Amino acid sequence: MNSETLNTLDSYSKNKYKYGFVTDIDNEKPKKGLNEDTIKFISLKKNEPDWMLEWRLKAFLKWKKMKEPKWANLNFPQIDYQDIYYYSAPKGFDKKPKDLSEVDPKLIETYNKLGIPLEEQKVLAGVAVDVVFDSVSVATTYKGELEKLGIIFCSIGEAIQKHPDLIKKYLGSVIPPGDHSFSALNSAVFTDGSFVYIPEGVKCPMELSTYFRINAENTGQFERTLIIADKGSYVSYLEGCTAPKRDDNQLHAANVELIALEDAEIKYSTVQNWYPGDEDGKGGIYNFVTKRGLCAGKNSKISWTQVETGSAITWKYPSCILKGDNSIGEFYSVAITNNFQQADTGTKMTHIGKNTKSKIISKGISLGKSQNTYRGEVSFLRKADKARNYTQCDSLLVGNKCGAHTVPYIDSKNNTAVIEHEASTSKINEDQLYYCRQRGLSHEEAVSLIVNGFCKQVLQELPMEFAVEAQKLVSISLEGSVG
Amino acid sequence: MFLEIQDLSVKIENKNILKGLNLNINKGEVHAIMGPNGCGKSTLANVLAGKEDYEILNGKINFKDNDLFDLNIEERAQEGMFLAFQYPVEIPGVNITPFLHSAINSKRKRMNEEEIDNLSFAKLLKSKASDLGINIDMLKRSVNTGFSGGEKKRYEILQMSILNPDLAILDETDSGLDIDALKIVTDGVNKLKTKDNSFLIITHYQKLLDYIKPDYVHVMVNGSIVKSGGSEIAVEIEKDGFQKFQ
Repeated sequence: MNSETLNTLDSYSKNKYKYGFVTDIDNEKPKKGLNEDTIKFISLKKNEPDWMLEWRLKAFLKWKKMKEPKWANLNFPQIDYQDIYYYSAPKGFDKKPKDLSEVDPKLIETYNKLGIPLEEQKVLAGVAVDVVFDSVSVATTYKGELEKLGIIFCSIGEAIQKHPDLIKKYLGSVIPPGDHSFSALNSAVFTDGSFVYIPEGVKCPMELSTYFRINAENTGQFERTLIIADKGSYVSYLEGCTAPKRDDNQLHAANVELIALEDAEIKYSTVQNWYPGDEDGKGGIYNFVTKRGLCAGKNSKISWTQVETGSAITWKYPSCILKGDNSIGEFYSVAITNNFQQADTGTKMTHIGKNTKSKIISKGISLGKSQNTYRGEVSFLRKADKARNYTQCDSLLVGNKCGAHTVPYIDSKNNTAVIEHEASTSKINEDQLYYCRQRGLSHEEAVSLIVNGFCKQVLQELPMEFAVEAQKLVSISLEGSVG
Repeated sequence: MFLEIQDLSVKIENKNILKGLNLNINKGEVHAIMGPNGCGKSTLANVLAGKEDYEILNGKINFKDNDLFDLNIEERAQEGMFLAFQYPVEIPGVNITPFLHSAINSKRKRMNEEEIDNLSFAKLLKSKASDLGINIDMLKRSVNTGFSGGEKKRYEILQMSILNPDLAILDETDSGLDIDALKIVTDGVNKLKTKDNSFLIITHYQKLLDYIKPDYVHVMVNGSIVKSGGSEIAVEIEKDGFQKFQ
């Protein structure tokens, strides 16, 4: 690597995060720390029925006996669970506002600044948005229009009250609360997130989207999302996330469950841009996320697409359980780490049914002093006749102080399974940079172009409305441009 | 003077490649440099373009009233220097159209010209491609990716005609081309030639010069130019090889 490349890389590392502002708004919190009272407080605030509180408390008992999973290639100090606020809501938020006139103008302004206007006429055409601010859902757009088709799109808190049967049946059915310590923690203290139900045979006509914002200090965000696609239905869902710049680390521990019944398809996309910390590795979000989809019915399909650019630590493995015969699971991932960011991300594809297929495309880009790990597990159970997996993991190193790691596990109990695995690790190519610059592109433009090209296979899987945004985000994560 | 190279000495990894090279090129002139393998022809092209692997030991280069060493790679390109590469590199996933569009706009920006919008650029690209007999489908592909040798060279000429450089350096553009591809490439060059731009053509064989008529031919041996003259030199080389110049 020549000196000019290194200089430019140094300038990339001066990370400037565009969404690092804080909204100055009075908020309501319980005492710091995690105990039964905290959970009762959350449940009371959310006006939950008793069965929900019991469910939470059971999860809490499990959590108390569990230790954090330690197998990831991550380095961070022990999280002090008693030093975190588990709930924070703007004052006067005991009830979700009926319409925007009841929403604090400061909140509306916050979302305008983030580029997510809440007024429906200004919203991206064809995209319905639920916005979650700290622990509460602020607004959900296009609700009425979706209701006409029988589609339920609301906050999980609202669903617990209005659709208890669906919640009782499906919540925790894909990720049992006792799965590991972060799922138990989330099940005990989850605050808000989205709920989606697509009825039989309905193709959701617009993108559904949730925008998560962490604002309050020392506050954990425990997102819970549940999406159910009934027989023969289709939905495409996208989540986005940002948080203010702070010197302390903040915890985001989400659980997302997807259920696709017979012939149903769920496409789930994430653009994760939590505050990554500064150039010395100070601050940033600890992002411990459990995402799992169940292809419950025949011919069902679940597709995860993620663009992970933020967070100090990303621990995330969106997975598919391919139970229905002929079901399909897909995972498309771009993970970019810069400065001192650490990402340990990948997927698990569990083939149970016959003729199940899975596809994994992972693109890791490491810059600065960051560490980027792909971790994946593909397993074929005994009855998974003629199941197939294709895995492609490519890593790109920019600079010489970062690391890229690939840890694929394959476990087959059925000898008719077909497994293909391709992996590559490369450095950003000086000849490509020279070529681009000889045509007049700046060094930064050239790097951004080459990296975007490297990620193209994944970015093109995003819904069109967001693909352009994601491309820009990739460029910004590389250059740390002024916000 | 348009391009003036004075007493240029260059080394790479402790090996002296260029040894006191002198060369002057005026506006509207076509110069050809011929020489045996390893004489430093490609090094000269890369030093002009600004590739950073070389150590400049001595000498000066003036380009359009700039000290060339004050400009980095992209600034030289934006000032109107174009290098058609001997081995154009593949850039997977990067589509040709936005790539060239960014390239032309970065040049216009430096020249304080208005940027060209998507639609006008698409039109320009299409018409230039059809002039060069390049299939429109090729414009949908990633830069040089999966191209044959001939396609890559044609695509270099397409880029050259879009960027319309003041000085175009062709580094062994003829190598690996069959006669049909060679015709397309040289036609492209001849169409682009005006009284305001200049060409520096680096070649090993005389064949290319049957199609592009140079005003001057230079023989380069062991890092410097040993003989300069008209196209009669090329004929001489074709007959007797480089032996007698060494």
